[in-house]
Amino acid sequence: MSAPHSTLALRCREVSYAYGEHQALSGVDLEVKPGLIFGLLGPNGGGKTTLFKLAATLTKPQGGTIEILGQRLPEGAPAVRSRLGVVFQHPSLDKKLRVWENLKHHGRLYGMTPERIEQRSDELLETLGLGGRRKDVVETLSGGLQRRVEIAKALLPGPELLLMDEPSAGLDPGIRRDLWEYLAGLKKAGMTVIVTTHFLDEAERCDELAILDGGRVVSRGSPGVLRDGVGGAVVRVDVSDADRVMSALGAVGKVSCEGGDLVVRLTSGDVGAAGEQVRAAIVLAGAELRALSINPPSLEDVYAAATGRAWRGEAE
Amino acid sequence: MKQFFWAPVMTLWQREVVRFLRQRSRVVGALGTPVIFWLFIGSGVGEAFRVPGVPEGTTYLQFFFPGTVMMIVLFTAIFSTISIIEDRREGFLQGVLVAPVHPWAVALGKILGGASLAFGQGLLFFALAPLVGLRFGLLEFLAAAGILAAASVALTALGFVFAWKSTSVQGFHGIMNLVLFPLWLLSGALFPRETAASWMALVMSLNPLTYGLDGMRAALAGGSAGTAWLGAGVLVVAGGVLTALGARMTAGSFGR
Repeated sequence: MSAPHSTLALRCREVSYAYGEHQALSGVDLEVKPGLIFGLLGPNGGGKTTLFKLAATLTKPQGGTIEILGQRLPEGAPAVRSRLGVVFQHPSLDKKLRVWENLKHHGRLYGMTPERIEQRSDELLETLGLGGRRKDVVETLSGGLQRRVEIAKALLPGPELLLMDEPSAGLDPGIRRDLWEYLAGLKKAGMTVIVTTHFLDEAERCDELAILDGGRVVSRGSPGVLRDGVGGAVVRVDVSDADRVMSALGAVGKVSCEGGDLVVRLTSGDVGAAGEQVRAAIVLAGAELRALSINPPSLEDVYAAATGRAWRGEAE
Repeated sequence: MKQFFWAPVMTLWQREVVRFLRQRSRVVGALGTPVIFWLFIGSGVGEAFRVPGVPEGTTYLQFFFPGTVMMIVLFTAIFSTISIIEDRREGFLQGVLVAPVHPWAVALGKILGGASLAFGQGLLFFALAPLVGLRFGLLEFLAAAGILAAASVALTALGFVFAWKSTSVQGFHGIMNLVLFPLWLLSGALFPRETAASWMALVMSLNPLTYGLDGMRAALAGGSAGTAWLGAGVLVVAGGVLTALGARMTAGSFGR
């Protein structure tokens, strides 16, 4: 199933794209190795969906070079399409048709034989918990079930690379968890998965990430490496005299007030040292420390460090 | 290069037909409206109608019959090509556009699907002919059905070309009212070229549908074979050119 490991799943060099005046991507460099779950993380409007559409061969590239499974776009699009599975944010299902009819038409578009379609549909519908829904008309299904049909459809021809645009937008947390377990299974079977998301908890589950902001890749690496790269820690304290302490803590790190607590972001040093620094500053300021918790930096901090702005991705 | 042609054409064709038959309101709209027009206008004009060149005793219901067939074809073509805009909006089309499908297959599947529906509805209407005293033999019927098939492809392809470029159903309605409906109106469906003002007769003679309609009239009445062949020929050429144009437009969507 998997591509030869010498071939990258996706390779972007200086990729730019503009919608009229609006520059959606400006000089994106990116490499995605095969066999990974790769996340494109970014706030809405950061350029993820544009990059997704380019990789899915839906949109024609404007500037730079983009290669998918070793095929340069747009020339290579006809050759590579049969090897891609695409899950759109707004499902590409025919809502007036039944579940099995959607799968049948999709399989025929990919040149599959009716027997193969039948066999693959049975397997996929069973695995995705849609076994009893074969004959349901798609528009009668809930959003979560429709998304699962969309995924079954994308997987039907047995793609080497699965591209998913915000696959869990609008899904409840339980179904989101199931989805990610399923993606992990696909990866084990040798598939490469590229997923766009604006959920930090989803980004944590990816093997590698690229953070897109303002049409650029501002950071990339595994979630662990990205967090370590930020360094420091996030210390949350509850104190008696917040105003006074706030200015004292300003010398230690970046201070903000979140939910009645003061949050100090330190950008260097280890977690233990950070706690001591904050504690000392509060004592020096003559305030009473009621509670203190220390956390390693999160992807939210990675984003803030890379862009200088607070994360606002989870608008939903 | 792995691209598929006939399997996608057949599957998109089949989808078109299945969808149409499941939406009863569309079936009724495309067939019912023209039939009501035909009955009301035909009965309303009644005996007041006399046209040079039309045999004595031809009622307006009889004269208007082939025009109604074309209207059914036009309405069905419009209804089925409007679904391209819905497909685009609701997302189905993006799935087709990223599939390994030959560029012509998308247009051809859609046009053949819509044309089959138009042809089927037109045939259904032929069953009403005896009610108004229209009589024709098997050969006449087959000739008329051939012209009907060519008209179905041509008008569906025309609808496709407009719908592919439309971003909204409202925009397509505008085209329908300003282009498609006048095309039918000026084809000799309601009144013959002979009685029209000279400028209008000129416009009518430039309209390919005029020849299709003349051809169908000739075929049904067992009239001039030349007129029937001319009508069929004009429609086949128009259908071919428009289908090719539609295919080129889908091919113009990225990477095809």
